[in-house]
Amino acid sequence: MLLSFDTASPLVTVALAEGTEVLAERVTEMAMKHGEQLAPLIAGVLEDAGAVRQDVSAIAVGVGPGPFTGLRVGLVTARTLGFVLDVPVYGVCSLDILAVQALDVGAVDGPFMVATDARRKEVYWATYDEFALRIDEPAVNRPVDVASDLPVVGEGARLYPDSFPHAVGPVRPSAGWLARVVAEERAELLDPEPLYLRRPDAVASPPKAVS
Amino acid sequence: MNEPLVLGIETSCDETGVGIVRGHTLLADAIASSVEEHARFGGVVPEVASRAHLEAMVPTIERACETAGVKPRDVDAISVTSGPGLAGALLVGVAAAKALAVGLDKPIYGVNHLASHVAVDQLEHGALPEPCLAMLVSGGHSSLLRVEDITTGVDPLGATIDDAAGEAFDKVARLLGLPFPGGPHIDRAAESGSKVYVDFPRGLTSRRDIERHRFDFSFSGLKTAVARWVEARERSGEPVPVADVAASFQEAVCDVLTRKAVDAAVTHGIDHIMIGGGVAANSRLRVLTEERAAAKGIRVRVPRPGLCTDNGAMVAALGAEMVARGRRPSPLDLPADSSQPVTSVLV
Ligand SMILES: [Zn+2]
Repeated sequence: MLLSFDTASPLVTVALAEGTEVLAERVTEMAMKHGEQLAPLIAGVLEDAGAVRQDVSAIAVGVGPGPFTGLRVGLVTARTLGFVLDVPVYGVCSLDILAVQALDVGAVDGPFMVATDARRKEVYWATYDEFALRIDEPAVNRPVDVASDLPVVGEGARLYPDSFPHAVGPVRPSAGWLARVVAEERAELLDPEPLYLRRPDAVASPPKAVS
Repeated sequence: MNEPLVLGIETSCDETGVGIVRGHTLLADAIASSVEEHARFGGVVPEVASRAHLEAMVPTIERACETAGVKPRDVDAISVTSGPGLAGALLVGVAAAKALAVGLDKPIYGVNHLASHVAVDQLEHGALPEPCLAMLVSGGHSSLLRVEDITTGVDPLGATIDDAAGEAFDKVARLLGLPFPGGPHIDRAAESGSKVYVDFPRGLTSRRDIERHRFDFSFSGLKTAVARWVEARERSGEPVPVADVAASFQEAVCDVLTRKAVDAAVTHGIDHIMIGGGVAANSRLRVLTEERAAAKGIRVRVPRPGLCTDNGAMVAALGAEMVARGRRPSPLDLPADSSQPVTSVLV
């Protein structure tokens, strides 16, 4: 069974799948609580599917781009679980999950864009062909600098309608679709490395807050 | 029952620590530090620290398991620093600990970083006497704690009202042109200096201060006094006697710390003082505490320097004590709490 999760949006989404069949899926609406929610949700989907941890034969994780803190929760969880369960860990660009879902549910039928909320008045984005294959590397920009008349999937389109007038399809990635993407190899499978796309803010905290 | 085998994870600041203990026995203490990545910023950059924790986590867990000669599935429980510390940094450790707990189907204990600094002494000197007075001194903390049972809570008797002791060491080291971190360099420079060369102020020791702040500390005035003294010397064109200033400053810090620690122990009828945190490595602090404590019939315990600074073993040590005393594990949705109070030792 494939255990999949994505923490690159404000939500945490977790699924357990056998091939392309999603056996259990859980999502929470509590925004920005990845650290609290991910582990209980994993335990929850195992329970929902009547499975045990030893049934997990691979792990898939959304590697972003997305808010760093949540992203790291997903990645450290995937890597650590992969280590203790001794199973492979596949990374998938979180924008690709939205792209495949948008195509398969019929929200798009030609070239399109995926744009998600990068905060700081910017979007994470990439463009896709009619098969939902990514054409370029994901990037982070101000909406006005990458404004597009293409259909745009994802939360970015909802947040910046002036730059992206044609909002379509799903808003946030789901772990069930991530499982399908991996099962059918519909996107490039990556190492579980975070796609930060931004350098850290080089602001030192006051001397050791705690030591 | 055999003593519990516990793996502990610490990521509250810039050190990724994974320790493994069996009861009071240290089996592994693996550490990866991102301190060098922060050096050019003159302080710890939280985002840099968090990124480094993610990269170091699994390799450090692996290294700890190898050193201890145990398989992850052999452990009885996982413990992790849930706070206090840098929020984003703590979160990486807490998430990793939860992944271990879910992946191994073992209980998890989210524990307090400061209480862990106290518990680590059990790896060196065996069970903590109860009660025990803990003096925690580091770059982020200077506090006196009454510890009755480390697994149920500690009673803060006093703390710094401004700078931490370690912070004062760092700032004075910079004034004297000594490298960071200041503690060890001041300690070394002070060896050949005179403790009484300058009579620097002892914060919160006047009769009036004692009424309100009997067991509290203040090092900000001391730091300013050293700065003024050094500036005056430089203005007059005379060389600054680095060793003498270092020794006099160190004496002022250690005098106040030990005086108040011994006073607190005597007042509370406690006959053991435990010193923890990075500044516990200071040679003068150890000597002066032992001297003054002995005069009152009080024994002093100090873990070796490697266990005083942040590490995973201390978190494992506290976790092992939680298991041994049958404390209830934390829920799987336990949060990281960057300002977890010292009174909350288990979440
Ligand atoms: Zn510490």
